Amino acid sequence: MTKRSIIPGFRITLGLSLFYLSILVFIPLAIIFIKSFELTAAEFWSTVTNPRVVASYRVSLVTAFSAALINTVFGLIVAWVLVRYSFPGKKILDAIVDIPFALPTAVAGIALTALYAKNGWIGSWLEPLGIKVAYSPLGIIVALTFIGIPFVVRTVQPVIEDMENDIEEAAVMLGAYRFRTFFQVVLPTLYPALLTGFTLAFARGIGEYGSVVFISGNMPLVTEISPLLIMTKLEQYDYAGATAIAAVMLIVSFILLLLTNLLQWRMSRRMSANS
Amino acid sequence: MAGAVSYHSSGRVQTREKHITEAPVVRWILIGIAVLFITVMIILPLGVVMVEALKKGTDVYFAAISHSDALAALKLTIITALIVVPLNAIFGLLIAWAVSKFKFRGKQVLMTLIDLPFAVSPVIAGLVFVLIFGAQGFLGPWLSEHDIKVIFAVPGIIIATLFITVPFVAREIIPLMQQQGITEEEAAVSLGAKGFQVFWHVTLPNIKWGLIYGVILCNARAMGEFGAVSVVSGHIRGRTNTLPLHVEILYNEYQFSAAFAIASLLMLLAIFTLIVKSIVEWKEQRQVKLEQE
Repeated sequence: MTKRSIIPGFRITLGLSLFYLSILVFIPLAIIFIKSFELTAAEFWSTVTNPRVVASYRVSLVTAFSAALINTVFGLIVAWVLVRYSFPGKKILDAIVDIPFALPTAVAGIALTALYAKNGWIGSWLEPLGIKVAYSPLGIIVALTFIGIPFVVRTVQPVIEDMENDIEEAAVMLGAYRFRTFFQVVLPTLYPALLTGFTLAFARGIGEYGSVVFISGNMPLVTEISPLLIMTKLEQYDYAGATAIAAVMLIVSFILLLLTNLLQWRMSRRMSANS
Repeated sequence: MAGAVSYHSSGRVQTREKHITEAPVVRWILIGIAVLFITVMIILPLGVVMVEALKKGTDVYFAAISHSDALAALKLTIITALIVVPLNAIFGLLIAWAVSKFKFRGKQVLMTLIDLPFAVSPVIAGLVFVLIFGAQGFLGPWLSEHDIKVIFAVPGIIIATLFITVPFVAREIIPLMQQQGITEEEAAVSLGAKGFQVFWHVTLPNIKWGLIYGVILCNARAMGEFGAVSVVSGHIRGRTNTLPLHVEILYNEYQFSAAFAIASLLMLLAIFTLIVKSIVEWKEQRQVKLEQE
């Protein structure tokens, strides 16, 4: 702190909020790591590298990655259309993008399962083509795509909004066609936002539980995600096992959280440097 | 922000000249793709909830939502929200004040740490509190000595929900308060206003719309939380069941129409939340316009 501010309340507001965060978030999360030290290194290792556990990491990572990728492509298109074009129903489309934030995940789970089951509105179309979505890894991807929609759209949207026309004007004057202008001039300025949105959607997808349990069928080795495995271990009163898997997941989440915050910090610095 | 991105549409409509926009055909194809994606991914699932809920007629629908177990779940959900939302709103205001009105070392780190509950899987959030308050947990022996039940009881549900929704109000109002700066507050202080007066008369009017949306969003998440609550609740019908857990129980018992009927209530809550967001955006745009004039 360089000079004392004349605005009151610094110590009390910071003190109280740190206290609240500590008892509610920091200390409880630390307990996961403390508890996992109750296992010996060998026990911990054999728990977190058990084939069924490793399979669940793979299912979680692959499905979350695919869903985040789908959301990056379609999220960019949705954000672009919402900022650049005007068309009837645009305001409603813009509002609907936030539904996955506000809708309870259990509701999303049963709705998507009904939709993609063999006799569902979409499932009955895919069935004759031999595509099985509900109760297969594809179903998990669908659920995670639903959950992740707002992340890419909402991170990319403000960046497109703040984009100045002059770089596009310059590209045109230098003789570039629209297609080339987009891919060589516009798109590169959106990379940081796209990457941030991707990471946010990916991080959320790895931890998601509510929407996935209904649609995945929960078959060990095939459609069993890591959070579900923690749940299963808890139901068998295997607290040490559940905690060990949770510790591994927490470390992955911490790394992703750090990454997204670094990205966002850099983006906001760049945006404020531009203006 | 690993769990929510707060973005409010500015409402600006850009008119672009022909040479820096796409050909009409490309434009309509892109609009088509966007509309199709959102329709298939979001609107159809919402539609299916209503259709499934009313499949067996309105009698079944109203029987499901007025069943005693459903009412008990509704009551518990409301009690949880009534405790969780005010606490996290107060926390949000406190931390937003500290972070946006003062400079201090480690601020960036603190802002990252607020997001921890977003980054953590809800199942892990539930597990954490089982490890603390459960029978085998750190405080387990002490709690059972004093005959206090936290896990598989209402307090556990409330604590897990508190954890999950910590960041919501803070995340909505921090950017707003940072944007407002500190000049108005400094002026108020130099005119002799005391701490709480400054907040009440100067800061609050500037952030009230953001605060309202933060509270409504926090409420929607508190009422809809599933994973964390599922771990700590014990699923005792009529006692420790919230609405989302009730949906799961009915669904697993193949009472699909009843499950979707309860789900439709939660869906209406989500739609209500987004309507509030639209109103808040509209008010914000009007405020910006008034300030510019």
